[in-house]
Amino acid sequence: MIERIKIWGARSTRWGILGILTFFFAFPFVWMLITTFKQTSDLYDLKHNPFLFYEWPTFEHIHRLFYETLYGQWLINTAFVGVLVVLITLVLAVPAGYALTRLTGNWGAKLGIGIFLTYLVPPTLLFIPLSRVVVNLHLDDSLWSLVLIYPTFTVPFSAWLMMGFFKAIPKDVEEAAMIDGCSRLGAFVKVVVPISLSGILTVAIFSFTLVMQEFVYAVTFISSVRNMTVGVGVPTFLVHGDVYFWGSLMAGCFIASVPIAILYNFFVDRFIAGFTMGAVK
Amino acid sequence: MATVETREIRKFFGDIAAVNGINLLTRDGEFLVLLGPSGCGKSTLLRMIAGFEKPTDGELLIGGTVVNDLPPRARKIAMVFQSYALYPHMTVFKNIAFPLKAQRMSKALIPQKVDWAASLFGIGHLLARKPRELSGGERQRVALARALVREPSVFLLDEPLSNLDAQLRASARDELQQFQRRIGTTTIYVTHDQVEAMGLGDRIVVMKAGTVRQIGTPQEIYAEPADTFVAGFVGSPPMNMVRHRDYTLGFRPENFHPKILNGNTKVVGFRFSVTRVEYLGADRLIYGTLIGDFSDQKVIARLPATVTVKIEPATSYDFTVPESELKFFDTATELRIAPRPV
Repeated sequence: MIERIKIWGARSTRWGILGILTFFFAFPFVWMLITTFKQTSDLYDLKHNPFLFYEWPTFEHIHRLFYETLYGQWLINTAFVGVLVVLITLVLAVPAGYALTRLTGNWGAKLGIGIFLTYLVPPTLLFIPLSRVVVNLHLDDSLWSLVLIYPTFTVPFSAWLMMGFFKAIPKDVEEAAMIDGCSRLGAFVKVVVPISLSGILTVAIFSFTLVMQEFVYAVTFISSVRNMTVGVGVPTFLVHGDVYFWGSLMAGCFIASVPIAILYNFFVDRFIAGFTMGAVK
Repeated sequence: MATVETREIRKFFGDIAAVNGINLLTRDGEFLVLLGPSGCGKSTLLRMIAGFEKPTDGELLIGGTVVNDLPPRARKIAMVFQSYALYPHMTVFKNIAFPLKAQRMSKALIPQKVDWAASLFGIGHLLARKPRELSGGERQRVALARALVREPSVFLLDEPLSNLDAQLRASARDELQQFQRRIGTTTIYVTHDQVEAMGLGDRIVVMKAGTVRQIGTPQEIYAEPADTFVAGFVGSPPMNMVRHRDYTLGFRPENFHPKILNGNTKVVGFRFSVTRVEYLGADRLIYGTLIGDFSDQKVIARLPATVTVKIEPATSYDFTVPESELKFFDTATELRIAPRPV
């Protein structure tokens, strides 16, 4: 009897914790979703519970988002910058991480930490000097300025992350490939890269997320509406002075964040492997 | 087919000499074993032959050409690693086909060659599996098949049996030797296990602290050790070593017998005080100390089970060693010296 109570106790504790966490993490999304479809008068009535519908749901906010702002264009811009930055990051960070683990001997690891430290310098400090760079390259008000600047923070972090992955790959496997007829580069491409696919995936998703949430550089370098990213366009055009278009703001955030959440879900196992692998070496 | 030669080869890591002036020449088709305790430089020597480490000094020749500056892929060698180093993301078929693809062999020929190599090791039914779905023994065969498939001129094996359990190791040793005899490729095999070395090698290179202590057939290494290190390292239990006057006297436990057994041969006698008797089935090991001239030095005797003479602990017996089985070593240099009257 006591055993049974213990088992039930353990089980309900487990589900309880899980329930609380799920509620905690899902809460913002649910609120965003509800607000997206709520009529403004319903939302602003202080006597109404914000999580219940007192008036009929409406598509008014989504309509405003797509027909009265350039939200669609901003989504395309964000995806454009995101994909390019991810590609640049992979091209630079994967070989860099490999070189730092395998080819630099003892000081590779120290250099790796040094590179990681540059990631910690905040954009709020860097945007002023970098804006000079952008202007001198005639990239102001162009998405290419973001394609150029974003890798300054995605590459160091990703290189550091990749180092953890490469450390976990036994040297023997690469040496076997080199004996079997590959150059070091060949062994890297044919053996090391396929083995560390989960790490590369982690880096790709991580970089993309960083690009999506970036604000300071985007608001500094981009001025015309057509070239804005979601992160800048939404707060700029859906907040007029002290008037907040809450429904459209929430719709804009929800639509942009859902694809990423789904993507994370697909790769969550590999993603976790990605973070723990580096930790345990 | 090719020979491997090292000329005064050296490798320093900082100030530490891992390999310190080694001269070696394999014979064509020979099975050469590098034997030594861990840290003796045998693996470093193998890695230099493979091309993973650059010699600090000296020349390395494969098939008569100096290969010091050639990358591993250009040396026409194959290697089997202790960890097997299979490619985890590829099937067994692709693992074995990998060296052929790297050689740009025509696509039509590859399946034929893979089947041939797989059938040699009886792993034809595993070709569709991934390495993680294989047992240790199967992985080892895949590693051997992958090494063999492109018919290298030299085989390098780095302790390939040490990850197998004892039973499997014995049968794998047997298969390995048969297979090497059949293909007749020059093979260099690194191990710290003297049983493997004795069982497999045409010749054994005994190494210590980056230098070669002796090169010879298993019989030579065992019966005529060049110094006290080789005498103590090879054989289990090792050679008995007793100090006597200004030299060291060595004799194998199996030559150290009760006096009544060594009838007609010329022998040297010892008074042996037994402390412990270990019964091992096929043998008896008798531990004790010499008394008299050899003042309290520990020795071991090994008697086959067929010898039923009664030996009891805490008793002294007359033991003898045939004179021809006594080895003499200089105490200072540890090197073998000419026999002398005891």
